[in-house]
Amino acid sequence: MDYIGIDIGSTCAKVVVMDEDEKIRHQSVQPTGWSSVDTADIIKNMLLEKGISPENGKVVATGYGRVSVPYADKTVTEITCHARGAVWLYEKKNMAVIDIGGQDTKIIILENGMVRDFAMNDKCSAGTGRFLEIMANTMALKPDALCELARKGKDVKISSMCTVFAESEVISLIGQGEKKENIAFAVVNSIADKVASQCSKMNMSSEEVFLTGGLCECSYLREVLEEKLGKPVLTKPECRYAGAIGAALCSRNI
Amino acid sequence: MIQLPENFETYAEARKAGFLRMKELKESGRRVVGIFCSFVPTELIEAAGGTAAPLCATSEEPIPAAEADLPKNLCPLIKASYGFALTDTCPYFYFSDFIVGETTCDGKKKMFELMNDIKETYVMQLPARRDEAALDAWEKEVVRFWKKLEDFYGITITEEDVKKAIRLKNREREVMLRFLELGKLNPAPISGYEMGTRLDGLGFNPDIEERCRIIEARTEEVKKDWEENYKGKPSRRPRILITGCPNSGIREKTIKVIEELGADVVAFDCCNGTREKVEKVDENLPVTRALAKKYLNINCSVMSPNETRMEYISNMIDEYQVDGVLELILCACHTYSIEAYNVKKTAMAKNVPYLMIETDYSKADSGQINTRLEAFLETISQFK
Repeated sequence: MDYIGIDIGSTCAKVVVMDEDEKIRHQSVQPTGWSSVDTADIIKNMLLEKGISPENGKVVATGYGRVSVPYADKTVTEITCHARGAVWLYEKKNMAVIDIGGQDTKIIILENGMVRDFAMNDKCSAGTGRFLEIMANTMALKPDALCELARKGKDVKISSMCTVFAESEVISLIGQGEKKENIAFAVVNSIADKVASQCSKMNMSSEEVFLTGGLCECSYLREVLEEKLGKPVLTKPECRYAGAIGAALCSRNI
Repeated sequence: MIQLPENFETYAEARKAGFLRMKELKESGRRVVGIFCSFVPTELIEAAGGTAAPLCATSEEPIPAAEADLPKNLCPLIKASYGFALTDTCPYFYFSDFIVGETTCDGKKKMFELMNDIKETYVMQLPARRDEAALDAWEKEVVRFWKKLEDFYGITITEEDVKKAIRLKNREREVMLRFLELGKLNPAPISGYEMGTRLDGLGFNPDIEERCRIIEARTEEVKKDWEENYKGKPSRRPRILITGCPNSGIREKTIKVIEELGADVVAFDCCNGTREKVEKVDENLPVTRALAKKYLNINCSVMSPNETRMEYISNMIDEYQVDGVLELILCACHTYSIEAYNVKKTAMAKNVPYLMIETDYSKADSGQINTRLEAFLETISQFK
């Protein structure tokens, strides 16, 4: 039996297929594009080509596009999926998980492997991947290049929490001839500040924090977060699949 | 001569009907006093031969008009209420003889100053604490309001009139409480959405006896249905306690949604729930003292400190067998959003998951709210 987890986020769609022994048979990522329904279709065809049949397996969909997967047996929210994914990835039962996604940032507190409390960013995109993406666009950089450049920067601060106003702040910094690496530094620090402030409202008693979601590959962001939270922030490359892994695990309970 | 508003002809049918109903009520000689808050001793309005018209607005429609005078970053209930007043689109405001405000939250207190330019707005000075000095001061305000009604209408309100009104309102509290306490039954016999909408709807009925009869009949009906069809059949649906701000304006995107997602809303700690109903006016005390005492004890977050609300929530969690506490906060409501810290602590101390949602009357955040409510139910079901 194949256990299929599909995580359709606002930016990327992730798929993980597990076998009976919870071993990952397949994982892939692709842009969500403008239609999650089309994306779900493309994923289905891709799986069929690899000899994995959604009809014969169990499918759980998660992420904001979870309702657009017609062949899913069940939908589960990204909170539960990221929590289960993180427990599986780190083999720990008590921890704090930070998922920085395209349009949402979530903080999840786990006790005994169960979600004890969670928080999501409000209506605004400060402290999310979208914020990074928009600033990178304004600076004619790729998001990961911005992250790496930020490491070399210093001193500059963006104070606006609103993405639109922050963008004008970045534009005026460019206009003033501020060095690109310093602006990049300001952008990454702004995200880390926002995330740390969300964390401060939660009871983060665990020793370590685990980072999942699309921005987990930005190593500089992880370092800044570590500094701001005052505790180790761990991540692995597979962490961007945490939601899909959690979904695949959830499909075992159907 | 009782006139309709200038733009009456342009109104939608439901609104026209509301205006015509109120016009008829006024023509029958009934006095109408507009109120905003459960702190206002409506017994005195009843005793004056009047009806208290609830003016807390729940629609986003008049908010742009209100924002011409009021700041954007203000509670939607305050903006909407003021907007309706400004645009002559609420029959209850339009036909009120005057408005009674109270010094509860800062937003309303200052809005009342502006509202007074549209229609006379009389403000009761509510103290923020509960001790003998506060009770004395609040009793004086009760006396002052009594006098205000007599002066405004040129009438005399006797102690007997007030006692009669107290008995009537106490009976209403009892009836409404019995209805809301249906939520203590397990499995839940009625949806929280229905409980809320029904009680809201009744607020516009000026006949208290009739309100009681309607609710008593529904209570009996629901109870009978439960005895016959649901009793002894356990349900796995999580039982939710709603707490926080007045929720009528956000009921569709929170309470309705969480019930559709598979939960039962069974308990309401809010001003349109049991909060005002649990304590009756003491019929053995001198009337003004009795009224002052009852109303000062309302557990609204404007009171400081407000530990009694935490005790009440804690008891409700047991009495209604609550699996999750959902706190609904209207944007920019400082007192509730600060007090949310204590509510969360209270729920967590009882090992009950807690979620706070801060929102306004727009639909902009419906998607995110859905995800949060869904995740909240998944969290609860881990423990159930």
